[in-house]
Amino acid sequence: MSFLTYEQVARFAQQGGTVYFVVIFLAGLAYALWPKNREAFRDMAHLPLRDDEDEHVGS
Amino acid sequence: MTDTTAQQDSPPGAVALLILSAVGAFLALMATGLSPDPLFRLEGWVFTFAALASAAALTVGVANGRYQADPGRYEDGVIRAGAIATVFWAIVGMLVGVVIALQLAWPRIFYFPEAGWLNFGRLRPLHTSGVIFAFGGNALIATSFYVVQRTCRARLAGGMAGWFVFWGYQLFIVMAAVGYLAGITEGREYAEPEWFVDLWLTIVWVVYLLVFLGTLWKRKEPHIYVANWFYLAFIVTVALLHIVNNLSLPVSLLGAKSYSLFAGVQDALTQWWYGHNAVGFFLTAGFLAIMYYFVPKRAKKPVYSYRLSIVHFWSLIFIYIWAGPHHLHYTALPQWAQTLGMTFSIMLWMPSWGGMINGLMTLSGAWDKLRTDPVLRMMAVAVGFYGMSTFEGPLMSIRAVNALSHYTDWTIGHVHSGALGWVGFISFGAIYCLVPWLWKKDRLYSNALVEWHFWIATLGLLLYIAAMWVSGIGEGLLWREYTPQGFLANSFVETVSAKHIANIIRALGGLMYLSGALIMAYNIYRTIRQPAPAVLPAASGPIVAAAA
Repeated sequence: MSFLTYEQVARFAQQGGTVYFVVIFLAGLAYALWPKNREAFRDMAHLPLRDDEDEHVGS
Repeated sequence: MTDTTAQQDSPPGAVALLILSAVGAFLALMATGLSPDPLFRLEGWVFTFAALASAAALTVGVANGRYQADPGRYEDGVIRAGAIATVFWAIVGMLVGVVIALQLAWPRIFYFPEAGWLNFGRLRPLHTSGVIFAFGGNALIATSFYVVQRTCRARLAGGMAGWFVFWGYQLFIVMAAVGYLAGITEGREYAEPEWFVDLWLTIVWVVYLLVFLGTLWKRKEPHIYVANWFYLAFIVTVALLHIVNNLSLPVSLLGAKSYSLFAGVQDALTQWWYGHNAVGFFLTAGFLAIMYYFVPKRAKKPVYSYRLSIVHFWSLIFIYIWAGPHHLHYTALPQWAQTLGMTFSIMLWMPSWGGMINGLMTLSGAWDKLRTDPVLRMMAVAVGFYGMSTFEGPLMSIRAVNALSHYTDWTIGHVHSGALGWVGFISFGAIYCLVPWLWKKDRLYSNALVEWHFWIATLGLLLYIAAMWVSGIGEGLLWREYTPQGFLANSFVETVSAKHIANIIRALGGLMYLSGALIMAYNIYRTIRQPAPAVLPAASGPIVAAAA
């Protein structure tokens, strides 16, 4: 089969990989920096400090 | 046990586990009896004995109506067991490390030709698996059970399943260790156990994943705290790596030996895809989860930047998975694949340092605690070593640098700055935090002993890595030295004897690090045994009072 040469696979992997990683990274960055998430993340950052060392499951 | 619980029946999970243990013991006994392979029979006896012990203990427990779970409380018993196992295996694994370090310095020491199981080749995987999987693995399982419950405000899911994970994992360790000493090996680095031990670990690991996911599912918090993301990545990826790298065909159903499904360079790449991600997801992601919970908790400061922790997580896991081929520079692996591995390794600088900065800056506003709290200092130094070894690693992955460093002691030094400096210290810090919390003590038995542990371990660690830099780079230079006629200037044995002094210093460093762990074990023992505090912290009531 001639339509799947090494060069074609390599080009697809290189260009596809570049796009894939950039998109994934931007998506992660957007999620992290999205203004609406600010409060939730601030709240989560304090989570370890809120839980007590008690053996009872908190509410 | 109080009288009220003794009158009830044990939960169905305990009875199911009892039946499974009995069935497991029977099957293992059959396999042991029918196997023609003495090595397989040895492992069969280990499994049979463990399953019988489990069945016996569960029979006594169920007969007395034990294992009652209070859904209003966290499951802390299995974490207490995990903390003790962590300290125990730390000493075993590091002791074996000191023994083989001495064997490298003086090859005749502890070597008895009639006892082949004391050979360096058998002890070396015992050391690596002992410290990585037994010490590190127990630290990860114990802390993950603690963190996931507290940050989800939910009791550990699965009832007795948490205990199955704990004891099942100890059985995996013992079977792996017995196998190494007996001479059973797949010959794959950090994946030496043979197919039947691999299958057992797969069962245990899947239950571990289900327990973790079930607890996340029950959570009362709207979001999943970042430490749990790192734990989850660790559990899921280790399952994937373990299964793919151990795809093999046993020679017979009742024999120890198996052969990999892959051959040649594909096999090598699979192994190092596994091997490097054991570093990335076992030794990095899992311990970063410890960092993201215990450093803020101990410093009483929120995570410096929760946003950065999200970027840290996603970029780390997406990049790490590609870095494996840097272990195969100048091999039959195609050059483009080597370059790919090298490029992704260099890209790892960014998330690694982002994470290090995030961990260290969590201490901002609490820097004075580094002076007064040796436990926090230990964890801060761990994060520093995380930064240092994740700088050194990408450097060594560059092909030209690798030409000098590969197969030399530099690699050993690099691994130990990560393992002793990062993994060891962050685990010690977590254990020092956990033990007073779990046993309801207001403080550790002795902070002075933590200081001793910190300084003796830090000095030992510095001696270790400095010695390995000197011997590794020296060795690399000797190997590549040519005479004017184009011959190698040094015979191999000359390059070995050149490392003699460095090997002695390395053994001394390891001995100091082990001494620190022994000091910790004593301190932890005394902490557990010390009487309950007269005045309890407001938040925690004594177990007896709460149960009454």
